[in-house]
Parts: sequence; C-alpha cells; structure tokens
Amino acid sequence: MKRSSPAQILPDFRRTRVVDQTGIEERAARFTKRSIKQSSKRQALDQVLSMIDLTTLEGKDTDQKVRHLCYKARHLHDELCNIPTVAAVCVYPNFVRVAKKALEGSSVKVASVATAFPSGQSTRAIKLADTRFAVSEGADEVDMVISRGKFHAGEYNFVFDEIAAIKEACGKARLKVILETGELGSFDKVRRASEIAMYAGADFIKTSTGKIQPAATMPVTLVMLEAIRDFYYKTGKQVGMKPAGGISKSKLALHYLVMLRETLGQDWMSNEWFRFGASSLANDVLMQIRKERTGQYQSAAYFSVD
Amino acid sequence: MAKKIKTLRFDTDWQYDPAPESASAAKINAQYDLFIDGRWQKPQSGKYFETINPANEKTLSRVAGSNEKDVDRAVRSARQAYEKVWKKMAPAERGKYIFRIARMMQEKARELAVIETLEGGKPIRESRDFDVPTAAQHFFYYAGWADKLDYAFPNKKVAPLGVAAQIIPWNFPLLMAAWKIAPALATGNTVVLKPAETTSLTALKLAEIIQEADLPHGVVNIITGAGKTGVAMVNHPDVNKIAFTGSTEVGKIIQHSIAGTNKRSTLELGGKAANIVFEDAAIDQAVEGVVNGVYFNQGHVCCAGSRLYLQESIAKEFIQKLKDRVATLIVGDPMDKNTDIGAINSKNQLDTILKYIQIGKKEGSAIYQPACSLPKKGFWCPPTLFTDVAQSNRIVQEEIFGPVLAILTFRTDNEVIEKANNTPYGLSAGVWTDKGSRIFNMTRRLRAGVVWANTFNKFDAASPFGGYKESGFGREGGLHGLTPYLEII
Repeated sequence: MKRSSPAQILPDFRRTRVVDQTGIEERAARFTKRSIKQSSKRQALDQVLSMIDLTTLEGKDTDQKVRHLCYKARHLHDELCNIPTVAAVCVYPNFVRVAKKALEGSSVKVASVATAFPSGQSTRAIKLADTRFAVSEGADEVDMVISRGKFHAGEYNFVFDEIAAIKEACGKARLKVILETGELGSFDKVRRASEIAMYAGADFIKTSTGKIQPAATMPVTLVMLEAIRDFYYKTGKQVGMKPAGGISKSKLALHYLVMLRETLGQDWMSNEWFRFGASSLANDVLMQIRKERTGQYQSAAYFSVD
Repeated sequence: MAKKIKTLRFDTDWQYDPAPESASAAKINAQYDLFIDGRWQKPQSGKYFETINPANEKTLSRVAGSNEKDVDRAVRSARQAYEKVWKKMAPAERGKYIFRIARMMQEKARELAVIETLEGGKPIRESRDFDVPTAAQHFFYYAGWADKLDYAFPNKKVAPLGVAAQIIPWNFPLLMAAWKIAPALATGNTVVLKPAETTSLTALKLAEIIQEADLPHGVVNIITGAGKTGVAMVNHPDVNKIAFTGSTEVGKIIQHSIAGTNKRSTLELGGKAANIVFEDAAIDQAVEGVVNGVYFNQGHVCCAGSRLYLQESIAKEFIQKLKDRVATLIVGDPMDKNTDIGAINSKNQLDTILKYIQIGKKEGSAIYQPACSLPKKGFWCPPTLFTDVAQSNRIVQEEIFGPVLAILTFRTDNEVIEKANNTPYGLSAGVWTDKGSRIFNMTRRLRAGVVWANTFNKFDAASPFGGYKESGFGREGGLHGLTPYLEII
C-alpha cells in the first residue's frame, strides 16, 4: 500500500486558524491606500478586464440573452484596439451548449454553475447529475455551491465529501467552490470553509453566488487569499480565487488587484488564478481604459449593455 | 499533490508608478525667527541653523537658535500672559481658543502633512492619515475639558501650575506639540515649547496657526534650538512645570537638574516593547501588527514593538510570513503616497541604527533585509529583522529607535512574562492571543504603561499614555493627562 505523504493528511477542520476581525478589516483597508497612476493603471485595467467572468444567472435567461452576452464577451468594445477579452462567460447548465457554440473559436471559456445553485439544497445525486450535465454540455469550468446548512451544523465531513465527489464528476473541468460567505456569519467560518474546499480538491474558491448580500468584500476575500497562501505553503498546490458580486467599479477592482499582488504575488496575477465574478464591471473598466487612452471620459451610452 | 514547496514572488511584473504628493502644497519660509509674546522676534543669540530634508539632504529652511536670553524672554512672556490674561480667563473662553486651533489644523492638514514629511522623512501616508489628524484630535479632546475640570475632579479644587516648559522629540513633531500644548492650555497654564532641532518646521507652522487664531499674546511661545536651549528652559527659575519627551539619558539629566526645586515634571522616555504572539493567535493579523508595531515611522517610536516573542510552536511559520510581508514594504521617497518606510530622520540616528545592526551581526544573530534599492542621497535603512536572538543580546536590551526587530522565542506564559519584563523600560507591550482570559492575565502582569491586545500602536486622545521604570512617569492623554498640569486640592 502506498504510504500517504504529509500533504495528504487532512487537518482537523474543527480547529482551523482563527481570524481577527478588526485586524483583517484594517489590513484590507490599507490596500485601498495604494495610489495607482499612469502606466501601472493602464496595465492594471487590462489585467482586470482579462480576469472577468461575465455572468448572467437569472430566472429569465433565454438562449438569445446568453448569445448576446457571448457576443459581448467576444466584442467588448470594438472601437478600442488591443484590449483583452474577458476570461469566461458564466451561465446556468442548460445554457452551456448555447454559450459554447457562441464562443467557438475564441479563448473565452464557458463556466457553468451547478449543484442546485444558488441554495445548494438538494440531494447528492441531483447535484452530481447537474454537474455531469454541465460538463457533458461542454463547460470548461464548474461553479458549485457548498452545503451551508450542513456546514453550520458542523458536518464538515459531509461538506468535504460532497466537494470531493463533485470534483471527481468535473473530470477535466476546473472546479470553483462557492462558499457563499454572506451566509457564513464570521471570518473564522470563512477560513474554515476555505480550507475544507481546498483540501477537498477545489481549483478555485469563490466568495458568493451574487444572490445573497453581502457578496464579495475586501476583508472576506483577504481571509480567503490568506487561506490559499497557507494551503500553498503546506501542500505546494496553487488554488485560484474568485470574488463575485458587488464589484462593479474599476477603482474597487484595482484595490483587489493590489491586495492580490501583496498577498500572493506574481504567480497569481493572471486569469488562470484570479477572476472577478461580475456583470457590470466590464463596462466601467472599458470606460476607464478609453479615458486613459484619450484623456476624456465617454458617456455610458457608448458602451453596450448586454 | 505537488511535492516541491515554492515560495511566493513579490517582484511582480505589475509595479506601482510613482505617486508623489506635491511639495508646493506647503509654504516654507527661507528663515524663521522665534515666536515669543505673539510676535516673530529675532533671536538675541543672532544665530540661525539649517534644517534639511533627510530624504535628499537639501536645505529646507533656516531656523533661529535660542540662547539663555531668548529662553528668559520667552518664559517672561509666558509668565506675564499667565498672570494677566490666561489664568483669569473664563474656562469656556479658553476652550474656544483651543477648539479654534484644532479646526485651523484641520483646515491646513495637507500643508502640515507635507511639511512633516519633508522635514521628518516619514511617509506622507502616515503624516496625512496619522500625525496630523491625531494631533488635531488632541486639541479637540482637551478643548472639551477646559470648562469641565470640576467634573473631571469631583469634590476637589483645581488650579493651574503656571508656566510649562515643554521639550519635544523629532519622531512625531506636530503630534508631540499637540500632546504638550493642548492639556496645558485646557488647564489654564501658559507654555514655552521647544521642538527638536531637526524638526522645527511644523511647530513653527503651529505658531502661525496660533497667531492667526488670535490666542492672547504670550500664552504659547515657540522657540527653536538644540540641547542647550532645552537646558536653559529646564533651569529657568520661573518655570513651574517641565514636560519632556525624549531619551532616557536626557530624562535623567533633567531629574538631576530639578532636584531640590519645586518644579513639577512629566517624562516620557525610551522603550523596548515586547510584542508577544501566542500559538492560538490570528497569525496573519499578528504578522501585520508586528510589522506596524516596529516599522511604523521607520521605527522612530518610543513604544515600538522592537522585541518580538514568538511561542516556539509557531515561530518558523511566523518568521516566514513576516519575511513575506516585509518583502512587500515599499522603502523610498517619503513624499510618494505608496511609500511604507521613509527616510531615517538624521545622519546621527542612522549611524546609531547601523551601529546596532553591526552589533547584532557580531553577536551572531541571523539578519534578514528585503532586497530594495535605496536612493543615493539621504539617510536610509531597510526594514531589518534578526532571528537567533537571545535575551542577553544587546539588540534585545537596548533601544535602537530604528526599523530593527529582534525575534525571540518562548514556551510558557510565565516564561514570556518574565522575559518581557526583563528590561529597564516599561512603556508598552503587545499581546496576541485568541483567548480572552490570557489577555487579562498578561495585561495585569506586564509592567508597561500601555498593553495592546491583538493590535499595536493605537492612539487616541482619550486614552492615557506613559511609562513605568526608565520609560518615565506621568501620563499624557485622556483624563489622566490633565493631572500633571494641575494643583489638585
């Protein structure tokens, strides 16, 4: 029998590291003091754009709506030359095929939510079927939600096993695990959920579904980045981060980028390891890029709303 | 899973461009006289000395040097203002003047911050977000006490002492001026204040504000000069109260000088604070607190957490995290809004710091400094940390007053209390633990004037500050900060 290496020994999830609320909030606020000007601003805006997961997750989504969004992903603002595309389009599983077709030939990936998104209140079998369906339709990435009820009940093994099972069902698709931090109630629990997700095989950990307030905040993202850092030091395995919901302005996105740079450094500074889950952020970034290039702001009416 | 543990790389492709604050936001005269009796007066010494920007060694201005005659003139002015105006004035009226000074400081906040950074070398982010607002807050706080002293000391009678001679250091020039002047005025005393010779300009700007605020002439006198001026102030027979912040060495000389006189004194002197991290602490936040505790203001902080005690079980991980964090600190132009660590205040202080770094190396401790390119001109020292350090090392025992951290380890609560208290100083300490009962146990047994729990270097005008042992006596700030300026019967 193969002996397990230390990295494969699981920690006791009842005893994960604590987070000091005042301290984490102060540290997060400190990143907002960095002044990003000139070429560093232009470079950062391009980077932010390339990290966006353009998202539509509504009950009223249709094939047409998804196709429009995919067209937007491929043609963010054709008036501007040499701008990157977004990282991915994020949709419900039943729209994966439509999105995949609409994005054919581009580098934009298709991400699908799964596992009874957004509440996660269903059976393991249904969640697995949901995931397998999304993957079979062609999803490059799967955004799952954890069972928050079980987590609050202290059934960490259940949460862990579920994530591990979904990971297996993903096959080659990368798995993003949504903690829904707005329902977890404390930074300590965000830290604990992050560790469970990473040890269970998450490729990314993600703050929110976007359906619950508060969604992503800088302090909560910092707690998760620090968990990623500790996991990396312990196991050597790199895990990505995706704050989602509530990031709609470039300035805030730049603060997140500063936080990423000073917490995890160079190896995470690409859309392979960091994403913004957002729908309206892209237009604000485009507006800023145009302003940086021409010196003038153009009204919002010039930027397409799909 | 990957086996090879890599390290994090902070030399990122994406770098921040310079974001300098504009020096033109400040008006600095080519030369300053002495502010005595509400007017700018030429020094009888006839002498002026240059004050420079420690980040580029360029001259900023010329400042008057005061001799004994100048000191005497300032004290006489303060005495006259005390007897004829200030002690007779209704307390509510005194409060109005102090409120006015506070408001005007806020109005001129940007200019004050720029000058503080140009002359002191501290990052503009700190002058802007800490020094100036905290100084204004101090005036606001004590302005509120001016007409409420009967409530501060119920069933007692209080009276001002008279003329206070106040001598302040170069690490927080404006803030220390506020700490000294605000409670003295609120309690009805008049003031002769001397800033340190390397950092006179914000005190002189404050004199301009005081002049503009129409404070009665002579209530606050600001004179400049070096150590000899301070000696003349301490020895002047008509001074009732000495308030000094500075080195323990000078504090001892002052105590000798005023022995046998009826002068009151408060001394806020050196420190060598222990910052203690237990294994159950919120580690990443503790790392941040340790960094802010020792590298804030280039370590020119009397309460800096310069001795770090780590519980052995977390020491290795903690030091790794500390190095990661220190690697992201930006050292350089203090006027750049992104700078974390600015210039060392003077050549003298830089020499002291470098001497101690040599001592640390000779004692066999392992040194870590992040790779950073330092400007050619000016006085610079990168953030430094020493590991493999023992209690008997000099870098653990003596105050360095620079960005140098000595890291020690411990095993039990009792052991770390004994080690933390094993110092002639007793100004501040920090405790990092998730366990509430341990915080109370530690704070009760640590002999330090301020003990921070799960934070460090937090200041508020309402909170008293001061030391035990060779860190001095008397308290500044809060209700406690009123008593050293009052006769309480």
